Amino acid sequence: MNKINKFLQSRAFLTLIAILAGFIVGVIFLLLVGISPVTAYAKLFDSVFSRPKNLAYCVVYATPLIFTGLSVAFSFRTGVFNIGAEGQFVVGALAACSVGILVDVPAIIHIPLCFLAAAAAGALWGVIVGFLKVKWGINEVLSMIMFNWIAFYLSNFCVDEIEAIHTDGTADATKNVLDSARILLPESIRSFLAPTSNYGIFLAIAAVIIVYIIIEKTTLGYQLKAVGFNKSAAEYGGIHVNKAILTAIGISGLLSGIGGAVHVLGMGQRISVFAAQEGFGFEGISVALIGASSPVGVLFSGLFYGAMKYGGSRLNLIQAPSEIVNIIMGTIVFFIAISHVFQIVIRRRGGK
Amino acid sequence: MIDSLGIIIYAILVYTPPLLFAALGSCFSENSGVINIGIEGMMTIGAFTGAAVAYYTHNPWFAFLCAGLAGAAFGALHAMATVSFGADQTISGTAINFLAPGVAVLLAKALFNSSDTPALDTTDKMPILFNDLFQGGSTWGNFLKNIFCNYSSTYLVFVSVFVVWFVFYKTRFGMRLRAVGEHPRACDTLGINVYAMRYAAVIISGFLSGLGGACVTMAIANQFRPISVVGQGFIAIAAVIFGKFRPQGAMWACLLFGMCTGLKVVLGSNNVISPQLISMIPYVVTVIVLILFVGKSRVPSANGKPYQKTK
Repeated sequence: MNKINKFLQSRAFLTLIAILAGFIVGVIFLLLVGISPVTAYAKLFDSVFSRPKNLAYCVVYATPLIFTGLSVAFSFRTGVFNIGAEGQFVVGALAACSVGILVDVPAIIHIPLCFLAAAAAGALWGVIVGFLKVKWGINEVLSMIMFNWIAFYLSNFCVDEIEAIHTDGTADATKNVLDSARILLPESIRSFLAPTSNYGIFLAIAAVIIVYIIIEKTTLGYQLKAVGFNKSAAEYGGIHVNKAILTAIGISGLLSGIGGAVHVLGMGQRISVFAAQEGFGFEGISVALIGASSPVGVLFSGLFYGAMKYGGSRLNLIQAPSEIVNIIMGTIVFFIAISHVFQIVIRRRGGK
Repeated sequence: MIDSLGIIIYAILVYTPPLLFAALGSCFSENSGVINIGIEGMMTIGAFTGAAVAYYTHNPWFAFLCAGLAGAAFGALHAMATVSFGADQTISGTAINFLAPGVAVLLAKALFNSSDTPALDTTDKMPILFNDLFQGGSTWGNFLKNIFCNYSSTYLVFVSVFVVWFVFYKTRFGMRLRAVGEHPRACDTLGINVYAMRYAAVIISGFLSGLGGACVTMAIANQFRPISVVGQGFIAIAAVIFGKFRPQGAMWACLLFGMCTGLKVVLGSNNVISPQLISMIPYVVTVIVLILFVGKSRVPSANGKPYQKTK
């Protein structure tokens, strides 16, 4: 009994309840718009699991989300709310794309160079915001929102107006990154997975492990968490608070930036002019929340989100609106937000 | 010169209302101690509802009201999560930002078989005031026409700023609202119902955000599209922080954003500077202004903290 009770009170169980609630609300909305929930969910399930190819697509969709999810989760753990992951992702992708087009060196140098550029760009985008906060006390949520849009238009400007990277064709996009910069799996493996299957997922797993170690096992992680819990106490404890904030935002930005690189060197191949924010950063917030801000949790929630995103994109084939996925994900996050209420209910039940 | 000035002012007056309505909404919520980043989603559902109801009923004012109510419904959801259940306000707001636009586009597809709503006739849009009063043609005529012949929503929003200011600083409700955002426990001790105040504030913020969304689809444009609102809710929140959480401050901030959009419209037409760079101006200007003039904005003390009554 004790074990069951313990499980019922765990985060994992609450997350499962939230996911269940998400799908139930999804049913309600599908019925509302006159689509059979059975057909729609069957299609969703089928698009994800029916063939290895589909699962491979889900992984490709999930990879950038794991990075932005990690980025946001890391920021949550260190007391900052990185709503700027979107912008950091965009500048990361832009940097990786530019290096991928303009530098012509063998793959073994080229790929690390692209990642380095993306990581630096993402980290810089975060650190600027951190600097504004520690130097002038400017609210970081506000400046991150501003920097998301600055990144958005900066990317559009570069894609549109910089001749060196603009495509020779008519599209509103950059050239494709050189083959030496791409991180696709070997052709033989891709032929039975997805055409865009790439090494990104291995990088993502490595990043999950590294972030876990930083947060849980290092002095740095301890300091950053301490600042997140209580700034004044941390300062009394001899931690340099401003430096910690800059480091936390920097690492968070770096992760999002790498996410951008993985996206453009793996699946994207080039950057188009955006009509609207692409949302990788905002989806990263959901991924972090569903994954309870733990690195391993983020890995799974990222894969889940990727699967939902890919499955959702296939719903159009049966004339079902893919927005149902947003509704399901939103409901899940909503139920996670209020999940401790269930925890209290379960505890009371258990106590009786 | 006068022509350009007139066009810029016209653009400011057209592009400011959605932001300003949402910013006024945000003022209510933030000052009561509830962070509402769901403003974006509430604007989107308002934008859709306004356009859809106006299309069916041909009654713009009724549609405008419905838009507000749709926003208020999601405001109530946010209030339930954050006030009654003590949920993390940022998480709940994030959820709203996925839910509300999802619902909007889903309903659009169900009703109109397209993610866009059909274009509204001019008579179904927000009425334009004083159309006959000013004759265009002469330079000054055009100028005055640009300034005074505007959608009624534009007039309404500036009246609302005054009303909100009055409510905040001259009425018992407003003072209590602000007190609840500063020190809920003290208010509770004095017999103010903290939960009720916060519910009211968040629902009002949803209502005003919904109106803001409707300004996009019923005045600036004539239909709802999934990208109608995109980002404006967040800019409205920025304007409120920028305006130090006061309605009048938020108004100046929104006018600044509106002006940048106005400049974009005027400068964008002659292709001297890249339109992408011009679009960047409002955001860069905000950052610079913050560094130079504003610095630390004073956040209401209890902002973001769920309040739990002690037993």
